[in-house]
Amino acid sequence: MPTINLSAVYPEIVIALFALIVLLVQAFAGTRAKNYFGYISLIGVVTAIFIVVRSAPFDFKSVEYSFNGLWVVDNYCRFFKLIFLLGTGLTILISIKYVENEGVQHGEYFALILFATLGMMVMASGTELMTLFMGLELMSISLYALAGYTRVRMVSNESALKYFLLGSFATGFLLYGMALLYGATGTTNLHGISEFLAKTHMRNPMLIFGMALLVIGFGFKIAAVPFHMWAPDVYQGAPSPITAFMSAGPKAAAFAAFVRVFVDALPSLQSEWVALIWIMAVLTMTVGNVIALVQDNIKRMLAYSSIAHAGYILVAFLSAGELGISSILYYMLAYTFMNIGAFAVITVLGGKGEEKVNISDYNGLGYRHPVAAIAMSLFLFSLAGIPPTAGFMGKFYIFSAAIKEGYLGLAIIGVINSVVSVYYYLRVTVAMYMKEPSTIGESPSLVFSPACIIAILISACGVLRMGIFPSEYIAIAKQSFLALQ
Amino acid sequence: MINAPDFPILSFITFFPLVGILVICFLKDDHHDLIRWVAFLTAVISFIFSVPLYFRFDPNTWNMQFVEYIPWVREFGISYHLGIDGISLFLVLLTTFLSALAILSTWTAVTKQVKGYMISLLFLEVGMLGVFCALDFFLFYVFWEVMLIPMYFIIGIWGGARRIYAAVKFFIYTMSGSVLMLIAILFLYFMHYRETGEYTFNILTYQTLQLPVNVQFWLFLAFFLAFAIKVPMFPFHTWLPDAHVEAPTAGSVILAGVLLKMGTYGFLRFSLPIFPQATISFVPLILALSVIGIVYGALVSIAQDDIKKLVAYSSVSHLGYCMLGMFALNIEGLKGSIIQMINHGLSTGALFLIVGMLYERRHTRLISEYGGIMKVMPVFATIFLLVAFSSMGVPGLNGFIGELLILIGAFKANVWFAAVATLGLVFGAVYLLWMYKRVMYGEITKTENKFLKDMTRRELAYTLPIILFIFWIGFYPKPFLDKLDTSVKHLLERVCDQKAVSTEGQKIAALNPNYTLQNRALSGRE
Repeated sequence: MPTINLSAVYPEIVIALFALIVLLVQAFAGTRAKNYFGYISLIGVVTAIFIVVRSAPFDFKSVEYSFNGLWVVDNYCRFFKLIFLLGTGLTILISIKYVENEGVQHGEYFALILFATLGMMVMASGTELMTLFMGLELMSISLYALAGYTRVRMVSNESALKYFLLGSFATGFLLYGMALLYGATGTTNLHGISEFLAKTHMRNPMLIFGMALLVIGFGFKIAAVPFHMWAPDVYQGAPSPITAFMSAGPKAAAFAAFVRVFVDALPSLQSEWVALIWIMAVLTMTVGNVIALVQDNIKRMLAYSSIAHAGYILVAFLSAGELGISSILYYMLAYTFMNIGAFAVITVLGGKGEEKVNISDYNGLGYRHPVAAIAMSLFLFSLAGIPPTAGFMGKFYIFSAAIKEGYLGLAIIGVINSVVSVYYYLRVTVAMYMKEPSTIGESPSLVFSPACIIAILISACGVLRMGIFPSEYIAIAKQSFLALQ
Repeated sequence: MINAPDFPILSFITFFPLVGILVICFLKDDHHDLIRWVAFLTAVISFIFSVPLYFRFDPNTWNMQFVEYIPWVREFGISYHLGIDGISLFLVLLTTFLSALAILSTWTAVTKQVKGYMISLLFLEVGMLGVFCALDFFLFYVFWEVMLIPMYFIIGIWGGARRIYAAVKFFIYTMSGSVLMLIAILFLYFMHYRETGEYTFNILTYQTLQLPVNVQFWLFLAFFLAFAIKVPMFPFHTWLPDAHVEAPTAGSVILAGVLLKMGTYGFLRFSLPIFPQATISFVPLILALSVIGIVYGALVSIAQDDIKKLVAYSSVSHLGYCMLGMFALNIEGLKGSIIQMINHGLSTGALFLIVGMLYERRHTRLISEYGGIMKVMPVFATIFLLVAFSSMGVPGLNGFIGELLILIGAFKANVWFAAVATLGLVFGAVYLLWMYKRVMYGEITKTENKFLKDMTRRELAYTLPIILFIFWIGFYPKPFLDKLDTSVKHLLERVCDQKAVSTEGQKIAALNPNYTLQNRALSGRE
């Protein structure tokens, strides 16, 4: 008799339910309800956050397995779920005005976001290769559709198609890797794999090859170099709120699964994957930052910056001790705040049809819209890792983990990279404050919807709070690490 | 109230400008005068509150005073820990003093985006004061980096023609130095943990660590890069002329007066006491670089046709003296170095103010555009001359005291370096006097110069206080030197004790008997 513990999946149920409600409202009320889809989804997200927070206090180690050990609820997955839900909530807030402007006020848009979120949550909780894979697919397929959602824009179509083709290719790698792992160990359960490996000290080519394929598959999902080629095009073409969404939640989800598989199931292979990831981390940081230097499109620039940030997180991943893992959690949360915040401003500034997405379009913004410019500067300084922001604290956390675990070289490469990154983040502030508007007279008044303002405010508060009073977040992140022990 | 022993006076001084910022935020953009007054009064209040620090400061102990300690991020052992000793006392005072004057100097110089400008200046003050007061490495680093943002905007928005280039260069240069320092800080942090089992960023506990010599070497190098860029030492000085020349007057004053001191302060507070053995082995290199800086900066100054650039390069030379005195590693050199930091802040700050006055009148800084200004601006001419004298170290003025002490120290440490450094004094007189001659003396050749107005009352108001200190330190430096004594001696003991331990030190001591003499003299006093 399998143990079915429904309370373990309440947040997931809520999200799925609200996704269906949105679809049903769309079906029965049609366009009459078009202004409410966003808010309905938001209620779902807030409810789910509430359930995740309230299900148990964060300050003790609770690990609950259910569904025959293919599902777990621990602090680790709860922390990640909060990151996803937060990212989703912020994305929905930004989207409400966006879909109205672009004339795509359909329920599917929000339903797809919710389904993607559901996929992420499954990835965070899955302790079985198959569960992880299902979550990953649910997330990816929803994202493929979302990337091409503004279908009148050519770039959006291009983005969706590229993402779909490359994404399915990577999924193939991942699945093949899982199959090989299963073939080698005879189980798809993460604990099963780790026990088997600990017992037999197995080192056969099938196992190593399977692990390598997993690295490729996850590497693609987190856009690590050399599997990053899709990211710039997809990020640039996708609707801005979706780009914001993709750079935060799905990346965090991929890391959540990546960490769980490698730390939980394959710790005995550590000597094999350390060198691999080391090279990947260095390449990801360096390539991302260097290419970002020459971008003129701000979305594309942030796409490369997002690649670079994945590189920093890989550094933390390598230093997988208490500090390393908890720094990943902390960094992902910080990154969610700062990146979605930046994209919120980009979305508003892009205007109809997303025409103003070049850095030169930001010329003189500091004088036309001082508050938006201040918010944008805050997010950019945070992304660059300047105190007192969440981004600085996150980098500090990651590099201290790296130094503690003896990856001094990696830490030095990392900080040098963050200096390089300062240059392109500064370019935007230079445009905003130090350049005259390029087209004088023609400065369309920006419409900041209340929802968008709330999103920017929440992000800004998050960035500052995590930067100045990081204590409680660090404490929770550390607790979450214990769950993996 | 502020004299109560438990009143957090350092926090109050440091964060008081934030109150001003808050008030300014609520003022309308076009109320320029009101904004200026609020900013000025904020800075003045900060200064007034910092004056009692001097009187309440106990010169008989090297312990940190006015200490505040609150745990901040317990998980990492980070705390909010402030305190000052004799070394930082005057830097704090200099900061509050110059900030107020700098704000007063911008009344008519900056007319666009006044609000943003004043907010940046006040924010900068917070950062600078924080750097000098912080006793927690993490806190120090936060202030150290935070201060880049307002300075970046000050140069980039209100600067001259090449302001964007200068601002970005300033930011990236400084940051590339400081990130390696961050790595070094973290490395120290985990070293300390492995030795004592305690996670802490407390700077004072690091000062008692016994680190292996090779570790000291690398960590010293990382810190050296951060501080040498900030000072700036030759060959890391290339950001300075750009930043100085492009920055608006107040920006240059703060940059020269205070920001550069963060580098020298960093050496005093961190490099010397935490890595004493490495310090000793780096002495020859740093002395050489300082002397090169002194002579090179002076020579390049002579060749400038832009007054502001001339003053900017003269900073390279003057800061070279500070470093020379510091790494002479004896009591005269160190005290001279600290006094020279203050002197440089006063006289170079004043020089920038003077250049700003000329620029406001003529909108050019080319020496060839001037000539005979003395005839139309006699008061200005007198003050300019005094400041130039102070900067070149004429006896009776502040510059003399600093340079004399430094050279005494340097001669004790190494005759050759000191001899070459003396050349810098000569060149210093050359570039300042020659510039003064070309600008002030002679006939008025340009018609635009015929009707220049002499100094206004406001301009006098922000130059006279500096002149006062220029004389005061020049005639009677005792009140300043006395407060330094104990802290400097303590620092030297820390470095020299290590010298006896290290073989490297023994080598140097064998080559140079003064080190051992100094050492004995110090231990004799104990």
